[in-house]
Formats: sequence, C-alpha cells, structure tokens
Amino acid sequence: MATASTSRTAAPRRGPGLWRRFWGRWNQREGYLFIFPSFAHLLLFFLIPLGFSLWLSFHDWRGLVTRDIPFVGLDNYRFMIEDTRWWRAVRNTLYYTFVSVPLGMVVSLAIALVMNLKLRGVYLFRAMFFLPVVTSWVAVSIVWLWVLDGNIGLLNYGLGLIGIQGPRWLENPQTSMLALIIIATWKGAGFQMIIWLAGLQGIPRVLYEAAVVDGANRWQQLRYITLPMLAPTTFFLLITGVIGSFQVFTPVFVMTKGGPRGSTDVAVYRIYERAFVNFDFGYASALAWVLFAFIFTATLIQLWYMRRNLGRTYGSS
Amino acid sequence: MTRPRRRPLHVGVRFLAYAALASLALMMIAPFLWMILTSLKTQEEAFRFPPTLLPDRPSLETYRQLFTLVPFGRYFVNTLLVTAATVAGQLFICSLAAYAFARLKFMGRDTIFLFYLATMMVPFQVTLIPLYLIVFQLGWVNTYWGLIAPGLSSAYGIFLMRQSFLTLPEELSDAARIDGASEWGIYGRIFLPMSGPILATLGVFAFLGTWTDLLWPLLIVRDQRIRTLELGLAYFHSSIPAFVQPNWPLMMAAAVVVMLPVIVVYVFTQRYFTEGIALSGVKG
Repeated sequence: MATASTSRTAAPRRGPGLWRRFWGRWNQREGYLFIFPSFAHLLLFFLIPLGFSLWLSFHDWRGLVTRDIPFVGLDNYRFMIEDTRWWRAVRNTLYYTFVSVPLGMVVSLAIALVMNLKLRGVYLFRAMFFLPVVTSWVAVSIVWLWVLDGNIGLLNYGLGLIGIQGPRWLENPQTSMLALIIIATWKGAGFQMIIWLAGLQGIPRVLYEAAVVDGANRWQQLRYITLPMLAPTTFFLLITGVIGSFQVFTPVFVMTKGGPRGSTDVAVYRIYERAFVNFDFGYASALAWVLFAFIFTATLIQLWYMRRNLGRTYGSS
Repeated sequence: MTRPRRRPLHVGVRFLAYAALASLALMMIAPFLWMILTSLKTQEEAFRFPPTLLPDRPSLETYRQLFTLVPFGRYFVNTLLVTAATVAGQLFICSLAAYAFARLKFMGRDTIFLFYLATMMVPFQVTLIPLYLIVFQLGWVNTYWGLIAPGLSSAYGIFLMRQSFLTLPEELSDAARIDGASEWGIYGRIFLPMSGPILATLGVFAFLGTWTDLLWPLLIVRDQRIRTLELGLAYFHSSIPAFVQPNWPLMMAAAVVVMLPVIVVYVFTQRYFTEGIALSGVKG
C-alpha cells in the first residue's frame, strides 16, 4: 500500500512525457487495487459464466461429465419453438406476473395509505406486515401447504364458517396458480408497503396545504396529488415486481413441483428441471437466455412507457 | 402555525383505520399463529375437524421428537458459517470497491462502474448453469467454499455503499491526505467508521439473502453434513411420500425452528431493513 501511494507523487519525476505526467498526476492507481477483489469475483462468477452460458446455448451438453459436446447451432432454440411444456410454463409465468404484480401493488398501496395517517402504535403493525417478508420461502410454503389443505386447512375452515365451500386449492389446476398468487401477495405486501410509504413521505406537504385552501376533499387530494406524485414509486415497484415474478421458483419447488397437470409449471422451474434433473445443460441455457430476453423486453417497455408518461406529467403542464 | 393544515382525523375515521389495520395484520400473521399453535398439538388433535384453536394440552414433545429426527443443530451451524462468511466478504469487498468508485480518480472509473451496474440486469438463472459447471470443475461441489464463494461480492452492494460514500464531505479525505494518510488509511479509519448504518443495511440484506436461499444450496450440497437450514427443511418436507398425510405438528415445528433465527435478527435490526428498502426504492 505504501509503495502505491508514494509512486503517485514520484511519478512525474520519472519522465517529462505528457502521457506519464497525466497518468501520474491524475491517476490514483490504488483505485485498481481497491476494485480488484470485486472485479476478480465478477470475472469468475459472472462474466465467464455469462459467456459460457451463451456458448452452452449453441451446444448439446448432456450429463455432468461428458466429452461429447457437439456444436448444434440454433438447434436448441429451434427445438424450443415446438416445446409445448416450455410455452405452457411461459404462459403460466405471464399469468402469475400479470395478476400478482398489480394485485400486490394495490393491496400494499392501500395498507401504506392507512399507515401514512400517522396513527399511534403504527410501528407495531408495520412489524407484523413485514414478518412474511423476512421469513424464508421454504418455511412459508410449508406453512401455507397446511393452511391451504383441502380437508382440514385453516382457510377452508374459515371459508366454511361463512358458508363458502373452499376448493382443494393446490390439487385443482383451476385454483393452484391462484393460491400461489395469494401467497405471493401476502408475502410481498410488507416490502412494497415500505417503498410506498417512502414515496408518500417524499410528497411535499405544501401541495396538500394548497389543495386544502382550494377546497379539495381527501378523495380529490388522493386522486390529483398523491397518486400522480407516486408515479416514480409506481414504476419502480412495477419494474422490480415484474422482474421478480418472472423469476419465481421456490414456492413452486416446495409446494407444487409444477403440478397439478402443469398448472403451476413456471419458466425458472422448467429451466431448473431441464438442467439439474435431466442434465440437459445446453438446452436449459437456451431457455435461460429466452427468459432473460423476456425480462429485458418487459423492462424496456416499462422504461419507455415511464419516460413518455412522466414526461407528460412533469414536463409540459 | 398560520399555514393551513390538513383537518385532523375524525374519531370515526381513526377507528376505521385501526380496525382495517388490525384485521389486515391478523390476516398477515394468522398463518404464523396457526403454525405455532399446530406445532404444540398432538398429531391426533391436528387432524380433528372442526379444528381446535388452542391446543388441548400444549406440549413441546413434537420439538423433542423433531430434534431426534433431523440434525437441525448441525444445519444451523452450517447456515451460520456460510452466512457469516458471505456477509463479511460482501462488507469488505463491496465497501473497498465502493470507496474507489466514490473517492479515487483513475482511468475508466465511471465506465467500469456503469459496467458493474449493467450486470444487475442479468437474471441469476442465466449464469446459474455455467456457474454450477465451473464450481463443479473446481471441485467445490459439496463444500462450504462452493456455497460461500459466489456470494462474496455483489454489484448491488457496491452501488449501495458508493451512494453512501458520496455523501461524505470531500474535505474529510483531503485533510487526511495532507496529514499523510494513505488511501487505505482513509478508507479504513475514516470512511468505514462513519458508515455504520449503511454497512448494517448491506449486512442485513446479505444475511437475509444468504440465510434464506434455497436454489444455490440445492445444487451444491450433496450430503447431510453441510446442509443448510432451508435445504434441511425442504428435504424434510419432501421426504414424506405424496400419498401419506404429513405429520403436520412435526412439520410446523420444523418451520418454527427454521424461521426463528431470522425473526430474532429482524427484531433487532428492523430499522436497517426498512431504511435500506426505502433507500433502494427512492434511489432506484
């Protein structure tokens, strides 16, 4: 460390060249030393795997220890077009995403709005809402298996008390995905609530004060101040929510294994099975790249939409 | 106090708000309460219909039985070891890089930083398969090192730390430099001690991510010796054949045991959780 810092001051003396003077005076070479551990990590555990993954997707690599890895060009991607199980998984993932993300956002916004009334003792509620967020998906999944049990589960017992015959949630292809969506909403609401609250607290008070002067009631304040001012938060939650739910895996793995009859088979579960149950690494890598393309496209669309609409909200008027 | 203020909440509204919060909170924690109550029941009582709310004779017998069946103690030590090493690595490696990106001037700095940020776009699943093949080739499958190494640094951690370092006054490091402090010294003696809360936030996130991870341990761990808690619970659950009704009190006791450490940590670090999340939401 000592040599590195002395050489910084010593460097200009070594030669009059412009390059050397620039390199010596402006450049703090410790910088490279400081980022070295993280860069080495990035190289070994991200960059090399990333390149390797793309390479894999054009090869037929089956089995863990194999010498026979033929180049197959686009065959993996071509095979995918006719892979009905994969497209069913994509459909299921889209269904899961399009229902669970908006549902979760609406529920958590409602909670955040009530929490934002600054009632006394609200931190206690916050801790309770947050409990599902910090507990693991595995434990939560097992608890929900018990709660959702078709015969003696707590949920169906509760529904029975108010005269509703609950379905056999996870054994019925009609309701299995719905059950996963309910659980995801329950688990994620606390997290989203915190972000909504941060957004709510960032809205300048003067806006409400001005609105009160103009005679706006609470509903109008919500409609014309709160919701528009929350636009950046909304987009943040939307984008991260979509990215996250495209990658849903653990509850499926623990609770349904993609069943019944493929009704909860999602994209990442398909990739997992292809790779680590069938050891079809080449094809699974191709699937992973297509998933990446889906996520990337969804993010780009949302960013484009956000830019267009936020520009309109804050720009012209 | 002449500025117009929002009307104070009507008592009725206040009551409604509390009622709404309370019923929502009950829905949130009902599964947890049910889990704890079930774990204190006998198997016979758990299968009774209509279900009993409170156990007839609450007993910890199920827990005793659980620990003779599953070495959760061992799993706990494994998880602790892996998590502690990962958190320590992230705190050190991320803060070191973050210091360079925030406070040192070197060629390509901002380009490299943008490059780091871009890596966050790629979902884990894309690199998962080759990562596994590489770890397999390195002979790290079924080792602690295989569990720890991929989590030792993260672009997110570097980003979080850099944003925080940028808020520290530049004069601080300038003054230290005049006094002859090395960059290493400024990082270790000034920046780190002043960044307690953000280090805690990153530490808590890294802890939660590692402690509750299932996918990576699922691939790396082959035998019971180095199983983590999550994995142990998942295997314990899947060891029951599909056509047999699981012993729910035993299953719930296992869930309680696995959840408990995280909840204890959460209770003591609540602030950093919520602040960190709010921070990433605002900045992101």
